[in-house]
This record gives sequence, C-alpha cells and structure tokens, in this order.
Amino acid sequence: MKRLIDRLSSGETLVADGAMGTMLFEKGLDAGQCPETVNLSNPRVLEEIAEAYLEAGADILETNTFGGSPLKLSLYGLEEKMEAINRDAVLAVRGVVGDRAYVAASCGPCGKLLKPYGDADPGDVYAGFRRQIECLVGAGADCICVETMTDLAEAKLAVSAAREVSPDIPILATMTFDDTPRGYYTIMGVSIEVAAAGLFEAGADVIGSNCGNGIDNMIAVAGAFRKCIDMPLIIQANAGLPETRDGRTVYTESPALMGERARDLLDLGVSIIGGCCGTTPSHIGAIRSAVDSLGKP
Amino acid sequence: MAGLAEISEAVIRGDDEQVDRLTKQAIADEISAKNILDDGLIAGMGTVGERFKAHEIFLPDVLMAAKAMYAGMDNLRPLLIKEGVPSLGKIVIGTVQGDLHDIGKNLVAIMLKGAGFDVIDLGNDVAPESFVETAKEHGASIIGMSALLTTTMPVMKSVVECVEKEGLAGKVRTIVGGAPVSKDFAAQIGADAYGFDAANAVDRVKCLISEN
Repeated sequence: MKRLIDRLSSGETLVADGAMGTMLFEKGLDAGQCPETVNLSNPRVLEEIAEAYLEAGADILETNTFGGSPLKLSLYGLEEKMEAINRDAVLAVRGVVGDRAYVAASCGPCGKLLKPYGDADPGDVYAGFRRQIECLVGAGADCICVETMTDLAEAKLAVSAAREVSPDIPILATMTFDDTPRGYYTIMGVSIEVAAAGLFEAGADVIGSNCGNGIDNMIAVAGAFRKCIDMPLIIQANAGLPETRDGRTVYTESPALMGERARDLLDLGVSIIGGCCGTTPSHIGAIRSAVDSLGKP
Repeated sequence: MAGLAEISEAVIRGDDEQVDRLTKQAIADEISAKNILDDGLIAGMGTVGERFKAHEIFLPDVLMAAKAMYAGMDNLRPLLIKEGVPSLGKIVIGTVQGDLHDIGKNLVAIMLKGAGFDVIDLGNDVAPESFVETAKEHGASIIGMSALLTTTMPVMKSVVECVEKEGLAGKVRTIVGGAPVSKDFAAQIGADAYGFDAANAVDRVKCLISEN
C-alpha cells in the first residue's frame, strides 16, 4: 500500500469514514456504557462498521478508541483494560481492510480539564496519551487521529506524544469549533489561526476540524484554515446538528447534500474528507462519488 | 478601603489572590458580608456570565473567575451565617446516571453560585435516588439535572418520578438541561423547567424559587 503521506503530498484527496458512535448506538450500545468496551465484548460489531464504510468507499477507517486514553477509561474503572481495548480495536479494523485502506487510530480528549482550569496535570495527560498511542502503533495503526480537541494545550500533548512514540507515523489532528458572532472558536477560546499554528508546531501532518458543525459551517472552517496555513487539511462534518424529535436524536443533513457540498471542500484543496456524528455509510458513499467525479488525480 | 467595584473587577479577571485580599480588606473595613457578596462577587460573576454568553470570553475565563469568586466566598461564608443572610435558595445539581459529561453542569453550578444560590454539586453519573435523598437531607427546593447523551436523557424522567413517589412534588421543583435536551422534552417528562444555557438556567431557577 502506497504511503498515506505520499498520496497526500501528491495532491490526492482521500475519503475518511463517518460516525462511529452513531453506528454503535444503532447496533445496540447501551446508555451510559463506555463505547470502547465493545472492542473486547463484541469486536464483530467493529468489523461490521468497518465493512460498511469500506464498501462505501472510505480510504481511511477510524478505530473505536476515541475514549481509549487511560485517564478517560479510568472514569469507567477500565484503566486496566487499556492495552487490550486499544489493540483489539486496531486489529478488528485491520482484519477487515487489510491493505485496502488505512487504519487511523482515534485519540480523543482525556475527559479532564488541564491545570489551571481543572485538576489534570499535563505530565499525567501526556503520559496517558503516550501509553495509549504506544498500544495503537504497536498494533499496527497506519496513522494517529487526535480529534475533537477544544483545548490546544491538550491537543499538543497528544500530538507530541504520538510523535515521540513514532518519528514518522502520520498524525492527523482536529479540533472542534463553535460558530460565534466573533468567528470560529473552540469552547476553550482557541481560534482557527491559533489552532493551525499550534497543531503544526506540535508535529501534526494533517490538521483541520471534526464534529460540532454541519457541512456548511465546515466549509467556512476549512476556508479559514486554508487562509492561514499551507498544509494538508482534514474536514469531518456532522450530518448537521442533532435535533430531538419524539425523544429520538436525528441528524438532518442528507447524503446528497453532503456529497454536493463536498465539492466546495475539494475546491479549497481539502486533503481528507470524512464525516462525524450522524453521518452514515450513505453519506460517505456520496462524498466518495463527489471526490471521484471532481478530485484531482 | 477596598472598593466593591475593585472586588468585582478582580473576579472578572479571575485573580483569586486579589479577591481573597480585597474581601478580607472589605471585611476589616466593616462592609457587610451581604454587601460584599452582592456588589462585589455576584456583580462580577454577573458580568462574567454576560460576556461568556456574548462569546467575548471563553470557558477558561469563566473557570478562573469562578475560582476567584470561591476565594471570596470562603472569607464571607462564616460572616453570612453570623449575619443570618439567607441564600437565594438551595439547589442539588448533577449529571444523570450513565453520563460522565460535566462541563455544562459545572458551568451551571458556577453561574448559580455566582448568582448567590447555595449549590450542592453531586458530580456526574448521579442515580435518581441520590438526587432526591440529597434534596430531602439538605432541604433543597430545586433539583437540576444535566445530560449530554441522548441515551441518558430518560434518567431525567426517573428523577422526576422519584420526586413524585417521595411525595415531594411541588416542594422540590426540577429543572433539566444539556445539549440534546429541549423544552418539549422537559414538558414531556414533567420537569418544572428547562434551561437552554447556563445563564438561562439561572433565570429559570430564579423563577421557580419565586413561584414557591
């Protein structure tokens, strides 16, 4: 399989997968259950999800390890299973995709606020990410995806931990922005400009945004990233913002809409386009078609 | 003499050492604790709440301001008790069972404290019985519940039912909030109020208290 970094630097656009949580809930994940426990109890579910996204045309498949850092797992009393949870998630996706797609190991926030705002010690947070990423890389992940970050300090800890574990593994790093009257900021007050500079400096190879916004806002976010930095971008929009109807959560942006808007992301030269909450294999299929019809060779 | 506006400014800046020093100074200057609370700490947190709502400041600023407010509160608490100043009301708050997301709930707790309420924060993953027992034990008149996950929202209904089962309906009022929660959902499960953000939650709680 050609190296991910080479394909990105040749100007190719790659398609990433869609939501994991949304699919897990559809497959019966219980309320309040730690989503990563399924890695041990029922890895077949992970295979089914990977199969669906692979079939939809994704080039990059994420692992179910978003909450797999020891700090986050400790909230559920699962810290001791950290190694197996991360390893088995990578193996499940690898087993399905072989060398037909890249396995991107998801690495989400540790779930605690860093000092001085909260009580998490940055050294502990860094060590936790390092332990998690060692497991992910050891199990054969093709790249690390640090995602849904709102605190730049925490994002940088995760990116540098990944870089320390492996000097050459591609690192994707995304943050989640809110649309405010003053522009896009994370809830911790990080602007796109500051995020771009910080993530680059920490050693990320591909930067961008996931979650928190539907596709139209994400086009604006991508444009803002493009304006302030010249490096490969990744965008993973939600299928709109969640709405509650009859007690059920629904995401309203259709695959057709996301496919159509993906062209704007292609125009901005976004290197990796995927989905986040509420997106399904149909959404990814629509993005695949858009990329194939308009993407650069 | 320490000006109360100065205290309020120090709260807004999130300067806990300064708030500690200035409130001690104000107490030494024999300004009433109630006055320091209202025109110093609560006034400062009011501005913080407004600026956060207007996206002029962000979560870290609010958290630092809260720390500063607490530094002042620690100095005032014994005096408020001595002066017999009643709190605006007592509230039990928590993120419901199965849900570990507490940033929103913490914000609401900060804003309630900043508005002068007595807040008992049960943290996250709180069982329905625990909300109700704590409210009974402390004589709280409000239970505030938060959920980020759609899958844990039904627990809010269990809490409302538990309040009714204990014969506390009307005496203990319930308010719900969190990203997936809506006014309709609140009505559906029989909660007394819904707060769409932290500032709104404080307004709704004030309404509930004045209705009681």
